[in-house]
Amino acid sequence: MHIVVCIKQVPDSAQIRVHPVTNTIMRQGVPSIINPYDLFALEEALRWRDQAGGTVTILTMGPPMAEDTMRKALTLGADRAVLLTDRCFAGSDTLATSFALATAIGKIGETWGPPDIVFTGKQTIDGDTAQVGPGIAKRLRFNQLTYVAKIDSLDPESRAITVERRAEGGLQVLQSRLPVLITMLEGTNELRRGSLDSALRAARAEVVRWGAAEAGVEDTAKCGLRGSPTVVKHVFAPKPRAEKAQIIETAAGPVRTQADAVIAAIFARQPGIESDLLRLARHS
Amino acid sequence: MSDAAKPSPPAAAAGRSSMKKELPEHFKAYRHVWVFIEYERGNIHPVSLELLGEGRKLADKLDVELAGVVIGAEAEALHEAALSCFEYGADLVYRVADPILAHYRNEPFTKAMTDLVNTYKPEVLLLGATTLGRDLAGSVATTLLTGLTADCTALAIDDERSLAATRPTFGGSLMCTIHTLNFRPQMATVRPRVMPMPERQAGRIGRIADHSLSMAEEDIVTKVLRFVPDRDSDKAQLAYADIVVAGGLGLRTPENLRLVKELAEVLGGDYGGSRPLVQKGWIEADRQIGQTGKTIRPKLYIAAGISGAVQHRVGVEGADLILAINTDANAPIFDFAHLGIVADAVSLLPALTEAFRQRLSINRAAS
Repeated sequence: MHIVVCIKQVPDSAQIRVHPVTNTIMRQGVPSIINPYDLFALEEALRWRDQAGGTVTILTMGPPMAEDTMRKALTLGADRAVLLTDRCFAGSDTLATSFALATAIGKIGETWGPPDIVFTGKQTIDGDTAQVGPGIAKRLRFNQLTYVAKIDSLDPESRAITVERRAEGGLQVLQSRLPVLITMLEGTNELRRGSLDSALRAARAEVVRWGAAEAGVEDTAKCGLRGSPTVVKHVFAPKPRAEKAQIIETAAGPVRTQADAVIAAIFARQPGIESDLLRLARHS
Repeated sequence: MSDAAKPSPPAAAAGRSSMKKELPEHFKAYRHVWVFIEYERGNIHPVSLELLGEGRKLADKLDVELAGVVIGAEAEALHEAALSCFEYGADLVYRVADPILAHYRNEPFTKAMTDLVNTYKPEVLLLGATTLGRDLAGSVATTLLTGLTADCTALAIDDERSLAATRPTFGGSLMCTIHTLNFRPQMATVRPRVMPMPERQAGRIGRIADHSLSMAEEDIVTKVLRFVPDRDSDKAQLAYADIVVAGGLGLRTPENLRLVKELAEVLGGDYGGSRPLVQKGWIEADRQIGQTGKTIRPKLYIAAGISGAVQHRVGVEGADLILAINTDANAPIFDFAHLGIVADAVSLLPALTEAFRQRLSINRAAS
């Protein structure tokens, strides 16, 4: 079985700061990490490879420095890493990104055998769109299984796969057929620690670097800014509310006095809320 | 993985905005605003009605019609859904009824949606950013090769009749306004609760246009074996709760989350947590409140020990009243809360729970 996992190197968004004057992202000192959602996809791929046999190829699109990310994923046990890097990919929106990745997956298939499963995380923490996975599926004409909480069964022989998919208000149990694209839900498995063996292997392993031509992209007009139907017109820092919180001042005293002051302040500010509370509390 | 951090270089982005070209001739016929109506198991997802409210404003600005798209198995049930759409602002409903469409599946829904778009040519198409809406939107946009902007927090029409879709990026640190200049339809998704629920106009009516699905069950690979409803049915209700209490790192230990739950219970509300609590594994991911979790619009939101990072603010600023409890008087949460108290949430929460319990039981007895 051949499994491709798409991962992305992202800035650790918890540590991002915006320059107060220029409203630009201050990237200096912000560490890059593997998009946390992608780790669940990677782990799931490694598990099924270990169980059913085969290889795991990881694929990313990004600047040359994304090689660090790839090496980390190799340490965790992936067999092969492809870094798609070319200036023509810069500024890609989700449509252009899914074009580049799907084309590269096609090339990966020609080179190392057609993939049976492509995994992605459910979304990234920087873009948060969850659009690239479905985009890749549509372009490759793979069956699309998003927000997968669990793979119940997978049989490479009969090509049958059964998954539990997070839907609105419940889980859908879906049966489909390989090849599939799966976007993996978070919290669905626990990431392994890399073994010493795979760490040593990763240190020696070569990260395959492909430019647009090597990846099989014939029309670079479909890539990067040129290939992106969406255009960012303005970037701005969110406006804070003009007025700050009214601070409830209480004398140092029993905490119950503070609590009563808080409740009084809530009801003073929003008189209707007490009847709402009575109604809700009665239902609970 | 997801999009390639499109708004990362603001300088380059600003340069790009001058690249506006004339809309290609074949797209000029695209007219009207559409909302995909998420209809499952006899219910319209509230986000679809919220989008009808927003779509109405866009349609009025463009001076075009607002249409809902309802897709499902039974024409009769979809007729009921259509009547609701009219009452929430739609002039017209496109109905695709076919037994194949009994449960949501990507292939037939994408087919139904793209066929409708190619036939009736809308200029704007809005979908809820639910698991269903996001699954469908990405496929439809890729099939149509048009632009799609996810998780918008504001939608507007600019002077050139173009949809200006504003969304947070980099976890809410920055906002960006995105246009789909030379392609149609202009697609956007919006998360539940981001837009207010419009007033229902009882008796308001409209037209229904039927369209058939040109697909047979044999064409569809993926089958739905069964649907397992969530036992913990409050999971999906956090976004729609009237009262929400949430905790942050100021709770200090995972055990203290109990204090948040107890207050929420006394108030008849629901509870959640900030992103760090999810990352630490103190609380389930679907209880995360903020840009990357749930957006809430309760009547009362109590944030206990939450510092108030931008990404959190984005998810809660629709609340009618925000009360912040934090030991740090300089915490950013006090910049957007309405009421604040500089106090330790761990000691104040139980007192607040008790005080509310007494107050509510007295008044209940009196009423």
